[in-house]
Amino acid sequence: MRGLPAEWKTIFKTDKVQVMNMRKLKDAAKIVRSKNSGPFELTLDVIFADDETFEKASRAKIITKESVAAAYGIDADMVLDIIEFPVARAIKATLIRPLPSGNLGERDVYGAQQHAPLMEMGVDL
Amino acid sequence: MLKEYRILSPSGIVGYGFPEESWRLGIAQKPDLIACDAGSTDPGPYYLGSGKPFTTRSAVKRDLTFMLTDAIRLGIPMCIGSAGGSGGTPHLEREIGIIKEIAREKGLSFKMAAISSELDKEFLAQECVKGNIVPLGAAPQVTPEDIRGCRRIVAQMGVESIIKALNEGAQVVLCGRAYDPSAFAADPIRLGYSEALATHLGKILECACIAATPGSASDCMMGYLYEDSFAVEPCSPNRVCTTTSVAAHTLYEKSNPYMLPGPGGTLDLYECRFIQETERRVRVYGSKFIPQEKKNVKLEGVKSAGYRTISICGNRDSIFIEHLDEVLAGVKRRTAENISGTDIDYNLDFIVYGKNGVMGALEPIREITSHEVGIVIDAVADTQENANTVCAVARSTMLHYGYEGRIATAGNLAFPFSPSDIPVGEVFNFSAYSLLENDDPAELFPRTYYEFADGEEKH
Repeated sequence: MRGLPAEWKTIFKTDKVQVMNMRKLKDAAKIVRSKNSGPFELTLDVIFADDETFEKASRAKIITKESVAAAYGIDADMVLDIIEFPVARAIKATLIRPLPSGNLGERDVYGAQQHAPLMEMGVDL
Repeated sequence: MLKEYRILSPSGIVGYGFPEESWRLGIAQKPDLIACDAGSTDPGPYYLGSGKPFTTRSAVKRDLTFMLTDAIRLGIPMCIGSAGGSGGTPHLEREIGIIKEIAREKGLSFKMAAISSELDKEFLAQECVKGNIVPLGAAPQVTPEDIRGCRRIVAQMGVESIIKALNEGAQVVLCGRAYDPSAFAADPIRLGYSEALATHLGKILECACIAATPGSASDCMMGYLYEDSFAVEPCSPNRVCTTTSVAAHTLYEKSNPYMLPGPGGTLDLYECRFIQETERRVRVYGSKFIPQEKKNVKLEGVKSAGYRTISICGNRDSIFIEHLDEVLAGVKRRTAENISGTDIDYNLDFIVYGKNGVMGALEPIREITSHEVGIVIDAVADTQENANTVCAVARSTMLHYGYEGRIATAGNLAFPFSPSDIPVGEVFNFSAYSLLENDDPAELFPRTYYEFADGEEKH
């Protein structure tokens, strides 16, 4: 989330107001997807179309344990790892599944439709 | 200098199919090995638990007919990993039956090894007591009781038992549950090719053309293994491999794309280089393998969770939708009251599409504006009869539930089907996902041999 300019901060007395026309990750990335990595983990891939955007995203640290946890409304320690893979222009985040795949209460056995909160994440790119 | 070794991978899963034209183009290149993986835990715990494959017999027979007939004609080995999907004994037996049928129909002569991977629960419980079973990733530690409570436990084999089978003269090797690359890597490793390169190549080939663009799990991919590198190229002229498509595949379904743990060690891809060799072929250098001091195999076990009955219904009433949470809590309470006095042990859940049906606990959006919702009533109980009862009570209670402000008093639910309730059968939970430390992996996975002469099985 982008911080507010100094003058605005004095007006709003906060720097946590979200900038309205911020881009979403779905407008900046070529691929945003989720999938099981074994029955107990869920792995999220963000792949960019070109090196420039990937490097910007990597420098801006848009995908962190904290930003992913905030998007999904979970504790940051449920996010196991954030890994960059420059050769594929990709950033990967791995979560602990709320339930092992297919257990009672399951909503998505393959884990292939858990990407939406990441896709809608506001990014400064 | 080792010569070029060619591996033809027809399909991501035996039974997913592949175009005949791609197959012919692959076979024309005179492969040294035909290999295909058939396994996955993706479809969930049911298939391992029930002993049923997630592919149909006729689709598997179609794929295996092409593969077996050409492997025997060319005099090359054919290796199948994770037969029948989950690789348990019933899964392996179905595949053996299909091979016997094809051999008879085509009059083929060959020796086959079937390698089983379903392990004895009491043996594993003892290993657990000795501290030889450790949890894997985010999975919990299992106890000996957890292991004894499993319906079925399989272990993922590495290359050792497959190499033994090939050395003992098998031309066809059908594996129970196998680490995905094993069926591809065993023969080249046996012939002296690098374990790192053969395993990394196997990792890519096991998904067939998913590493190509456009990607597909049901089209043929060819792998070319050299002393210092490997290359991949799709058989169909309608697809290409690019450095991006191959590298991006390395990410797929993995927690860490650089370090890929498997039986015997970890594939280290930090120093991998992907080079576009031709418009359609990518060459890969620099894969490394870090052997483990203590060898281990991955265990997958499932236990019964009971029997399920579901009912699918919908609602298009703004007042009902406004009071949805109150209705669902009320139906749960009322169902418990109406079943009290019986000894039914059950779990009742409602999946609400239009609210959080896809993401459940992970859904960040709490307020909904849907004009209609879809509801799946999910009842799981100790017997099918009891699951039917719980589902029926919950369904009729929800149909007539009197919520606050209700003005549509004829019924709250729209049912698309008659009958409204569907008995699903026995369902399972993953209950063991662990590593078993074991020094002699070849012996952990016993081999059974079959010999065919002109299609007749020799005894």
